[in-house]
Amino acid sequence: MSVQAEQLPAQSPPSGEPLVKLEGIKKYFPITQGILFQHHVGNVHAVDDVDLEVYPGQTVGLVGETGCGKSTLARVVMRLYDATEGKVWFDGRDITHLKGKELQELREDMQMVFQDPYASLNPRKTVGTIVGEPFRLHQTVPKNRIKSEVQQLMELVGLNPEHYNRYPHEFSGGQRQRIGVARSLALRPKLIVCDEPVSALDVSIQAQILNLLGDLQDEFKLTYLFIAHDLSVVKHVSDRVAVMYLGKIVEMAEGASLYRTPKHPYSGALLSAVPMADPELARQKRRIILQGDVPSPIDPPSGCRFHPRCPQSRAIAEAEGIDGPHPRCIQEEPELTTQGPEQTAACHFPLEASIIEGGGAVDRFEDLVEDQESKEDPAPN
Amino acid sequence: MAQPLLEVKDLKVHFPTDDGLVKAVDGVSYSLQAGETLGIVGESGSGKSVSSLTVMGLINPKQARISGEVFFQGQDLLKVPKDEMRTIRGAKISMIFQDPMTSLHPFYKVGYQIAESILEHQDISKQEAFDQAVEMLARVNIPHPKDRASQYPHEFSGGMRQRAMIAMALSLNPDVLIADEPTTALDVTVQAQILDLIDRLKSEFNAAVIIITHDLGVVAEHCDDIMVMYAGKAAEFGDTDDIYYKPLHPYTWGLLSSIPRLDEDKQERLNPIRGLPPSLIQVPPGCAFHPRCPYKFDPCDRDVPELLPVDGHHAAACHLSLADKERIRDQEVLARR
Repeated sequence: MSVQAEQLPAQSPPSGEPLVKLEGIKKYFPITQGILFQHHVGNVHAVDDVDLEVYPGQTVGLVGETGCGKSTLARVVMRLYDATEGKVWFDGRDITHLKGKELQELREDMQMVFQDPYASLNPRKTVGTIVGEPFRLHQTVPKNRIKSEVQQLMELVGLNPEHYNRYPHEFSGGQRQRIGVARSLALRPKLIVCDEPVSALDVSIQAQILNLLGDLQDEFKLTYLFIAHDLSVVKHVSDRVAVMYLGKIVEMAEGASLYRTPKHPYSGALLSAVPMADPELARQKRRIILQGDVPSPIDPPSGCRFHPRCPQSRAIAEAEGIDGPHPRCIQEEPELTTQGPEQTAACHFPLEASIIEGGGAVDRFEDLVEDQESKEDPAPN
Repeated sequence: MAQPLLEVKDLKVHFPTDDGLVKAVDGVSYSLQAGETLGIVGESGSGKSVSSLTVMGLINPKQARISGEVFFQGQDLLKVPKDEMRTIRGAKISMIFQDPMTSLHPFYKVGYQIAESILEHQDISKQEAFDQAVEMLARVNIPHPKDRASQYPHEFSGGMRQRAMIAMALSLNPDVLIADEPTTALDVTVQAQILDLIDRLKSEFNAAVIIITHDLGVVAEHCDDIMVMYAGKAAEFGDTDDIYYKPLHPYTWGLLSSIPRLDEDKQERLNPIRGLPPSLIQVPPGCAFHPRCPYKFDPCDRDVPELLPVDGHHAAACHLSLADKERIRDQEVLARR
């Protein structure tokens, strides 16, 4: 495609070294069979060859459907899983194989906020104990000052410090998520991984938590890796968004360009599936309903992993008189290539036309496909 | 206008508990025409699920004080004896629940579970019922329906389970389908599939649909009328355009400005509603929303506002004068969007 040959526009990457850098990360979970002798029969390809950079003070969003590997990737960054292959760099240091004391010290710099505020807090401990736990484990604060530190944290996240001795069940969902945020802030980490932090919350509470995360980022210069399946939430918080499909990043772009000009057909489909709280826009946009479910990551499809569900590939193949997905998509795995300023996508036939007109309709997929058809497609083998 | 298919009048559902009376639903009225989709929106604990469970006759009258009227095809469902309700529930009014993982029985094959509800209502053989189940699975776009019917729920993906639930709910061609958060547990792409399926089946079966959700996006795309509920009462009622472009209740404003918008250019701060939804045991006096309302004034903590019609069937329960509401809405709420 012509875009591939285009010269890179002078990018202005965020200043300095990335805080987190992933190089060729693979995470396979083995599948075994047998009772006495476990033999290895296959792998779940949860994350397959992912490169990602997160710059200090930035928020990188990860979106994708269930099972696309976004949580696994976050856990690899956190060193909660060991990568099968590849390297994790944090703050200029290779942390892929850190162990013991060094690993524990590293954890002061990276913390996590979990999805389910009901399951991620121990019901038998008081809020004070839960939020103070990191201080006790890492001994960054003398014992007699833990309580006042915890109360400061509680105030910071909008909880009443007098509720120090209450148990999690005495709080509502949104307040519990605040407890989770306070706990993650205790050690003043550089990186906070938020794994679907607002998915379980009501909209009005969700907005409160999103604002809180934004304020804390400004105050403490935090870096976020933000995982969610809700594209509108991810776009709202993120500087850059990575779209994942079956263990691979298929598109990486700024939130606004992802919304305006999604290049990968999967991003387009994801975008068009987001329900919009605006009936007019909703009526204008044409929905791309993806058929079927995400294929099994045990035996991912050949070539482009999205090809069995890709409407773009089919449309282009049909224009060439071929039934089914385009052979190039079946045979050849697309690389992440530059598609525009700060935008990369892994697709042989990226979407071309811009998608919003004056903040209007989301997608006109078929128009795009016609655009593609009318051009003589240069796709060589 | 034709006789409404389902008409709920001043429905109240109160649960006596040790801590006090929980007023889960406190005077809700709406009507539903054939072929129409009604959206009921609200936060958790606003009474949206309880009101529809009551319509289905699934609230045990021994544990709750139910008053009001639910008219369906000329009879008051709240007065129908239990045995007769069994012939209506499932056959004429059916329901899809939020969590397809827990609403299918893990020990029985999916086809059997669908056939079971058919057998309950129709005098046909097991084989015929099973064949109908397979046909229903095909109608909700499940590939290889015959093989799928003899599988267990754990062999289905989340989206397929919800499809199976829809197949079950529609197997007897009901007049009203109540979908209680049908897509909350699902991915956006699957959500889009399921909502489109409900839309399509609605016209195929000429049913009326009630979609209960907390997601204002879902109702924008799929509903004709919307009722916004707060603390057991309707805060605002109107057609979709009324609610999104001419909202008149501060709670609706709050909900609308709480959602991050895909088409916003900059990352602006959201304007969430302050505070938390109230406990349904101690609902604030006057307007239940007043402790969280930025525009509250004199009568708000004293008098309960009535749901008064504004124009057509657009109605809002708020003490602010119409002129004030329109001014605040145009200057502060819609301007920010």
